[in-house]
Amino acid sequence: MLTVLIGFASGIISGMGIGGGTLLIPALVFIVGTKQQIAQSINLLVFIPSASAALFVHARKHNIEKGLLFKLAVTGCAGAVIGSLAAVNLDSGILKKIFGTFLFIMGIYEISSKSREKNKKTGKEGCR
Amino acid sequence: MKNKNHLKTALIGFAAGLVNGIFGSGGGTILVPCLVFLMGIEDHKAHATAISIILPISLISSFIYFRYDVTDLSLTLKVAAGSVLGALFGSFVLNWVPINTLRKIFGMFMILAAIRMVF
Repeated sequence: MLTVLIGFASGIISGMGIGGGTLLIPALVFIVGTKQQIAQSINLLVFIPSASAALFVHARKHNIEKGLLFKLAVTGCAGAVIGSLAAVNLDSGILKKIFGTFLFIMGIYEISSKSREKNKKTGKEGCR
Repeated sequence: MKNKNHLKTALIGFAAGLVNGIFGSGGGTILVPCLVFLMGIEDHKAHATAISIILPISLISSFIYFRYDVTDLSLTLKVAAGSVLGALFGSFVLNWVPINTLRKIFGMFMILAAIRMVF
């Protein structure tokens, strides 16, 4: 039940376009006691159905820059293979520390980011 | 100049994939500002395009995590169920909440969690 509640909270946050995943992972690690890598895989898997639903809506509104999508996705996938292989092979204690450093930078970015009012009514679907 | 743009695009994609793979999150946090500030894409289009890029990236990453047996399907299903409900709820209340204040509050949570993770 606790896990469902954590998912609920992260769903709300990502629906607002504030990195839900970056908070879901530490929540799982600290509250549920999940291993760092497992928490990360949960975030990746949960993203897939929600992103598919969001994309369906965006595609119908022609919001996707298709030319750019293919160019970015090619090198993006290469990066994903390297990044994931690193994640599954790293010691989870070390990965947790590296993740913490990344989270710290993201936190500073969220606090210092300027008002993005125009985001309110348009693109909001979870960017994790 | 054109080559330079190609390189820039390639590097942004690679960075987003790398971060999203190693941390299981954060690809969007990199892509959206890059698309908006470096490539001049409108905000809502940047969000939509970012999701369309992170989807294949997440599929590949999930596959690798799965192959290395770092998954917990029952836990994932519980989080997913909560997350779908949360996203629906969130989209209803979206226009009634002060997003920028929340952004700062969550930013502080991130910093606190970050400190606990490192030390």
